[in-house]
Parts: sequence; structure tokens; C-alpha cells
Amino acid sequence: MGYKTIIEDDIDILVAGAGLGGTGAAFEARYWGKDKKIVIAEKANIDRSGAVAQGLYAINCYMGTRFGENNPEDHVRYARIDLMGMVREDLAFDMARHVDSAVHQFEEWGLPIMRNSKTGAYLREGRWQIMIHGESYKPIVAEAAKNSADKVFNRVCVTHLLMDDAKENRVAGAVGFNVRTGNYHVFKSKTVVCGAGGASNIFKPRSVGEGAGRVWYAPWSSGSAYGLMIEAGAKMTQMENRIVLARFKDGYGPVGAYFLHLKTYTQNCNGEEYESKWFPALQEMVGKEYLDPEASHATHRPIPTCLRNHAIINEVNAGRGPIHMVTMEAFQDPHLEEIGWHNFLGMTVGQAVLWAATDVDPKYENPELTTSEPYVMGSHATGCGAWCSGPEDVSPDEYFWGYNRMTTIEGLFGAGDAVGGTPHAFSSGSFTEGRLAAKAACKYIDDGKAEGIRVSDAQISRRKEEIYKPMETYTVGRNEIVAGSVNPNYINPRQGLDRLQKLMDEYCGGFGVNYMTNDKLLSIGLKKMAILGEDLDKVAAEDIHELLRAWELKHRFLTSESVFQHTMFRKETRWPGYYYRGDAMKVDDENWHVLTVSRRDPKTGEYTMEKAPLYHLVGDIEDKDLAKLKAEGHH
Amino acid sequence: MPTFVYMTRCDGCGQCVDICPSDIMHIDKTLRRAYNIEPNMCWECYSCVKACPHHAIDVRGYADFAPLGHSVRVHRDEEKGTIAWRIKFRNGKKDMELLAPITTKPWGECIPHLANESAPADSMRNSELLFNEPKYVAMNDSALPTLESNGLEIKEGVYY
Repeated sequence: MGYKTIIEDDIDILVAGAGLGGTGAAFEARYWGKDKKIVIAEKANIDRSGAVAQGLYAINCYMGTRFGENNPEDHVRYARIDLMGMVREDLAFDMARHVDSAVHQFEEWGLPIMRNSKTGAYLREGRWQIMIHGESYKPIVAEAAKNSADKVFNRVCVTHLLMDDAKENRVAGAVGFNVRTGNYHVFKSKTVVCGAGGASNIFKPRSVGEGAGRVWYAPWSSGSAYGLMIEAGAKMTQMENRIVLARFKDGYGPVGAYFLHLKTYTQNCNGEEYESKWFPALQEMVGKEYLDPEASHATHRPIPTCLRNHAIINEVNAGRGPIHMVTMEAFQDPHLEEIGWHNFLGMTVGQAVLWAATDVDPKYENPELTTSEPYVMGSHATGCGAWCSGPEDVSPDEYFWGYNRMTTIEGLFGAGDAVGGTPHAFSSGSFTEGRLAAKAACKYIDDGKAEGIRVSDAQISRRKEEIYKPMETYTVGRNEIVAGSVNPNYINPRQGLDRLQKLMDEYCGGFGVNYMTNDKLLSIGLKKMAILGEDLDKVAAEDIHELLRAWELKHRFLTSESVFQHTMFRKETRWPGYYYRGDAMKVDDENWHVLTVSRRDPKTGEYTMEKAPLYHLVGDIEDKDLAKLKAEGHH
Repeated sequence: MPTFVYMTRCDGCGQCVDICPSDIMHIDKTLRRAYNIEPNMCWECYSCVKACPHHAIDVRGYADFAPLGHSVRVHRDEEKGTIAWRIKFRNGKKDMELLAPITTKPWGECIPHLANESAPADSMRNSELLFNEPKYVAMNDSALPTLESNGLEIKEGVYY
């Protein structure tokens, strides 16, 4: 191939993927590493890349300690109950105690944060969410990262991490290719902060045809955070914990501001409240510890997101769909109506387009809601990601190995979707994790941990050959056929993606099977995955753009395989409404009050699974209302 | 609602190509104008629509569920710090104009260069603090919370 090899050497901190997590890392790294070489590699343009490319209308993780609102431990308790107990509470506490300092800086940089005109505090949408005019959230934050970085490589898709040839299990940089020039890029670096994203489009989406891009999480979220780290042999955690979202039908418009700020609510097709009637049976499945509507009613304790999905799924299956969001009351107030529309324009323009196209005026009609296909990510109400070290002053021994947010690969750090067990980080928390990772990475280098790294030419040329193989496959196979996309020797990336999505949907609990799976289905699915893996060695790319899609597909595949393995390992239904294990339909705290941890052997591709202990923050400062209820015999 | 490009307005400047997060806005080699090469990977994020200096890019709702005849147009202005939207319904009954701020500061001028900040002391390096902390956590003199300061323990087991 005629593509040049471009080597960037002597990097101290390489940021692979610069969404909110990666920009946080690049920004902060400069403070702790004045003389360090900081480089960003991003497959798009960092001004509009990652999940926040489109903008946001809310920052969903903000404590508000300056206004006397919440403490970090309040956030931990909230995330814990929402995730049915399965949270790395050391990481969550750490993120929560720092997150406000990120938000206060965003405001100084020019991000418009709305204020409560009476109190002067930030305008709250709910207990944790503040409202912003965030159309330019990403370009503003990107500016801060650009100011800190020595170099920004836009349009470079990172495909693999480089590993140290001198020392086992130590990172040495990354490689990828420029999606415009096609050139091969080698980044030799002492540390890598993986800021790549979670995964949309691995389960078959509800949309079909042209609409396949209309997904909840961005279509460019290709699971590269997981693909890169799994391939390198990093331990992963909670990969079974995929998320299903209840959203406005087809457009996937967000519902947070509608529920919390506009006070809209849901009902079934007959105009009835439906949620509570599913709770008694659901309580049998999950236990009163996780579902206590009375306690939730009396306190700030939420009903877990998955359990609210469960009620929707069951009500629809009972024949009383669709579920409607009752907007007709709130939208009579012109101010609230405007907020309802701004909310979409700020972060999901597609929903506004859909309502305009279908003449749905929420002032006169209650729009439909539905549950989405599952997504695999780690910063919303779900905590997939790498098994990372926590901070020294918080983490127990099992959670601490020297450097905050470092994965089990030396010198490889994570932020945002990349870090496992930290749900509810959202944009601000992901940025914060990037900052924490960057500081730790600088310390790792200053402690001399990155001395003597060696990257062989053999590794560099092996990866180069591997990266361009889909183009070679195309060139060789294409001439065997007259024309078209049907070829006996290869599949194109779209065909591979369709196959992956169908497989994940049918065997791993997608919407098409009402989120149901079991041991037998998972076993069959894994067999089919192995064969798909073989076929992906024969994925073909006609041009550089298709090569991008081919590597995104490979990252999605590695992510999916991990989801399969974890789902098979956890023999319980921990999150009804996200997915069901038909052969183990209850929460089983006796055996599964643990975090699941996996490692894929980079040489053999074999998985090993283990249980990791689950630690909880406990202390005197409990939610007072909840303490009172507990005293009265509630959980 | 994938994007499309009006033939008479596009001059092939490539701003959309430069910004598209999904790498789907490309220049047609014959016509030397931009077009969406992969509509089913379009998130309708409007990044290209906003970036186009000629308003040559528009969006038509996804064919699998959105009827024809609607319009959502936008004008983003970094100098004024605003974004202006116009939404028109298919049936013509609703025609809304909405305006929102995108920044409160002159564009790009208030974003710090950390290289210019004085270097952190060793005591700060060895603490859990980040840049601008502890001050920016609560915008006052309070210290960064720890387990101890907040009366907490971290314990293995089930406690509900």
C-alpha cells in the first residue's frame, strides 16, 4: 500500500479519543506536566466529537456543595440504588467530590448555566441535574484541551494500543490511520489515557433502513474504548450491564427535563397510571432492598431506571401500549413549552424534526414513549468499562494499585465510558475522570514507571499490515465478481454490522426478544460470535472511509463478545428492564452481590471470569428521611 | 433525518467535511460539492448544518418514519454568541422561532492556558487535589472531602 508511516515519538501522555473524558485529560495534563508532551488522537474533529458533539441541555452530574445541596456520598447512594447496588463506590465518590470544580470552570469559560432567579443557585432540573444552554458545550471544552495539547491529530482513528516489548503488560502508545489521507500513524507514548467511547449500534436498532443512524447514543460511539482495551488484555468489569432507555418514540428525545422540570408523567393507552401495579411482582424478583416504592415516595431515593423500564415493557406486553408522556398539561404554559423544545434543539434536534414532520404538537397531543435497543457504555445509568484503580485515600486494597484510573495494564488510564463501575458520571463526571487520569499519568511518569519502554519495528509493521488488511482483502476479492456487494470471500462492514446486531438482538437480549436471554441462548450466541470473528478477518474495505467502518465494527465486535461473556457469567437477573436471564429471574444477592471482572487473553482470545468484592460507603450521614423509614421497618 | 446539500448553494468549501463527527460529509469528485455519503450513519446532529457558511445543508427526516414537508433550520453565530432555530410543521400549523445563547463570553477568549499557570507545589502533587482545587469545588475555603471528613467508611458486604 502507498500509505506513509508517520511516527510521533517521545509522547508523555497520549489521549486516545477526545470526547468529554479525553478533553478533560488533555486539559489537566498540562498543569501537572508543564514540560510533558501531550498529544491527542481523535477520529473526528475534537470541536464536534464524542457523545456531546451535538450539545447538551443539562449537566446531569453536579453536587452543588457551594449552594449546600449535596455531598459526594449522596451521589454514591443515588448511583448505587439506581444500578441495583453494582457500583465502584470509591470511584464514584472520588468523581463526585471533584466534579463541581469542573462545572465551575466551564461557567468561567463561557458555558451558559441557567440560574434560579430566586436563590441565585444554578437552576436545577432535578436533584442532580442543572440546566444549561449547551449547544456549544463541546467546542468550548475542546478549546481548553487544544490550549493544553502540544499536538492534536484530528481524523486519526486509533485501532490498537502499542505494547511495550521490554516489559509484559505495559502500554507503549497506540497506532491508527488517518481517515482522510489513509496514512499510518504511530504514537509512541509513555502513557495512554483512553477517552474513546461506548457502543451504539451493537444491538439491532428499532429504526430500519435510512433511519439506522437514529440511535440514542451517537452512531460514531463504536465501543472503541472497550475494543482497544480488551484487545490489549485489560480487565473489564460490569460489561453485562447494558442500558435500555425509555425515550420519545423514534426520535429518542431525552425525557429527563420533561419528567423533572416540566413535571410531565407517563400513562398507558387508556390514560391510566400503570407503573405501580407492576411493583408488587417486581419486588418479589428483586427484593425490597432494591424496590421500596414507599421509601422512594418519602425520600429522594429513586426507583431504579431499569425497574421503571420493566413496568413499561410489561404494560405494553399486556396490550395497553403505547405509553404516552403527558405533556398537554405542562405545555399550556408557554414558558415550559419553550423549554420543552429548547431541550431537544440543544441535544437531540432529530426529535424536533420528527415532531415537525409528524405534526405532533405536545401542547395538544401526548407523544409516545418506548424502550430502546440496548447500549453498552459507562457514564449514564450503566457502568460498563475497564477495571481501574481508585484513589489512594478512598479505595480498599482490592481496588487500588498505585495510580488513580489506571487499568490493569501499566500506563494505560481510562476516562468516561472507558472506566467501569462509575455510572452517572455523564459529561461533567467524564471530564473529571479525564482530569484525575491525567494527574495520575503524570505521577506515573515522574515516579519512573515508564522507563525503558521499547517498541519493536516488528510490532509496528505487524499492526500496519493488520490495519490495511481489509483493503487488501477487497482488492483481491473484488475482481472475482462482476459487480455489486455479494462476494463469496468477503463481507463489507455494513453486512458485518447487520449480522452482529441480529445476533446480539436474538441471543443476548435485544428489544426483538423483549430483552430476554438465558444460558442456552448465550451459548449458541457465543458460538456464532466465534464464527463471525473468523469472518471479520475477511471484512473488506473499498476505500479509507470503509476502512474506518471496518475498524469500528471490529471494536464493536470485541465489545459484544465481552457483553456475551459477562452476561453468561452473572447467573441472575440483576437489572430487570435492562435484560432478563430467563433461567435465573431473580436478584441473587447471596451469590451475585459482586462485580464481574473479565480478561481476554490477547494471545489466545480465551476469556477468564472472576468475581470481585463489592464495597459500600457507610456512615452516620444517611439520608434522614430514609433513616426514619428504616427505623420503622422499611429498607 | 439525514442531511442533504442544495446544489445551487454549495460551493464545495469543505467546512462540513471538516466537522462531521461521523465522517459522512464528503465532496463529490465530479460536482465538487458536498453530499452525505452514508445517511444511515447520520445522527442528525446538525454539526455540518451549523458549520455551513452558505446554509446549503438541510435535513429531511429519516425515510423510515418521518413524513415529508417539515423544516428545522438553524443559524449559529459565535460572534453574537447565539443560536437561532426555526421549526415548521408539515401541516403548516406551527411555525416557531427559538433563540438561545451559546456562550456568555467573547468566543474563545476566557479559556485558560495551563502552561501559563504557576507550577503546583509538591504538597499539591502529593494530595488528591486537581488544578484550581480545593477553591473551585465549593468556591470557598473548604477542603476537598475525604471519607474521614465526611464520617464515612468503605466496607465489603451488603448494607441496605
